[in-house]
Amino acid sequence: MSGPTVAAIGKAFALLSVVAVGGANGVLSEAHQQIVEVHGWMSDKDFATAYAIAQAAPGPNVLYASLIGWRLAGLPGLAAATLGMNGPSSLIAFAVGRLKRRYGDLRGVRRASAALIPVAIGLIFSAGLTAGRVAAHDLIGALLVLAGAAIYTFLCEPALAARRRRALRYRDGLRPQ
Amino acid sequence: MSAPGGCHVGPRRQTGLPRIGLPALAAGFLKMGLLGFGGVLPIARQVIVEERKWLSEREFAEVYGLCQALPGPNVVNASTMIGDRFAGVPGSVTCILSLLAAPVLILVGLGELYERWAGLASVNAGIGGMAIAAAGLVTGNGLKMLRRLRLSWRSLAVVATTFAAIGLLHWPLIPVVLAMSIVSFLAQGEARR
Repeated sequence: MSGPTVAAIGKAFALLSVVAVGGANGVLSEAHQQIVEVHGWMSDKDFATAYAIAQAAPGPNVLYASLIGWRLAGLPGLAAATLGMNGPSSLIAFAVGRLKRRYGDLRGVRRASAALIPVAIGLIFSAGLTAGRVAAHDLIGALLVLAGAAIYTFLCEPALAARRRRALRYRDGLRPQ
Repeated sequence: MSAPGGCHVGPRRQTGLPRIGLPALAAGFLKMGLLGFGGVLPIARQVIVEERKWLSEREFAEVYGLCQALPGPNVVNASTMIGDRFAGVPGSVTCILSLLAAPVLILVGLGELYERWAGLASVNAGIGGMAIAAAGLVTGNGLKMLRRLRLSWRSLAVVATTFAAIGLLHWPLIPVVLAMSIVSFLAQGEARR
């Protein structure tokens, strides 16, 4: 089997980059569809593994793209996937950042950015479902995914923890710093 | 446009923002990359807002909200904007490279180790567990955002419809995102009385 060319990898990820509203996870379903189903570059299991390793390792989750590029075509594949996935969107973000600094106070601009937030969250839940489907093979797996989500949502709350610490310090008669 | 006295500092920076040196930006974003397990957002906020005080809580939320709405990886987008804000184009490049460089190396190393030990049942079970935890993290992240943002019911309906169209029905991404963005824009307008 001959792997995809570096140009094809770069192009596939560049296309994902410009539609990745909701971030790297928001486009996860689409990435899975393109790479596993449309192009057939990877098996379902390899895709899930690359994604899991990228999630477990430190760094932005978008690096699953880099790891997939590495798997497909070594160092050139990694470079193409990383550049493709991050390049086009970064240029857009750069331009929008400059525009926003100039026009950010206009009402229409504010409304537009507020409007995109619920769309982005819907995409994040879709990504969670895709990742969960790939990872969980039975009821226990599905329950574990839900349990993980609940723990992260309700227990891993840095702001809450800080508030609790401050409250304790008050109680102990220490100065809140 | 013409700077009197010829003292031209950076690209159109009228807001009097402090400039932060490239080494300081590099150090901060390197730390975020290395400590960002299961997503960089929490540690990014901690470093940028609490530790280094580069942005206020509100400024950070604004930047991140916009980056979420834009295509592309959110934290990379935020790095681009924050880097430009404090140090122009070199700042953007420095922040992105610092954020990604170390994790890419670690990731490739981990990937290779996995390739070598993939046959072992315990390694496969571990990876399977990681995948489950990762799926939980993604879902939990969405729940956290829902809880913090306190969206109107119209916006919640947009969340649910987008999820149904993409996650459940597997409709094509771009048309759905376009259509839902327009619906959401109109809904925002009506919700504001």
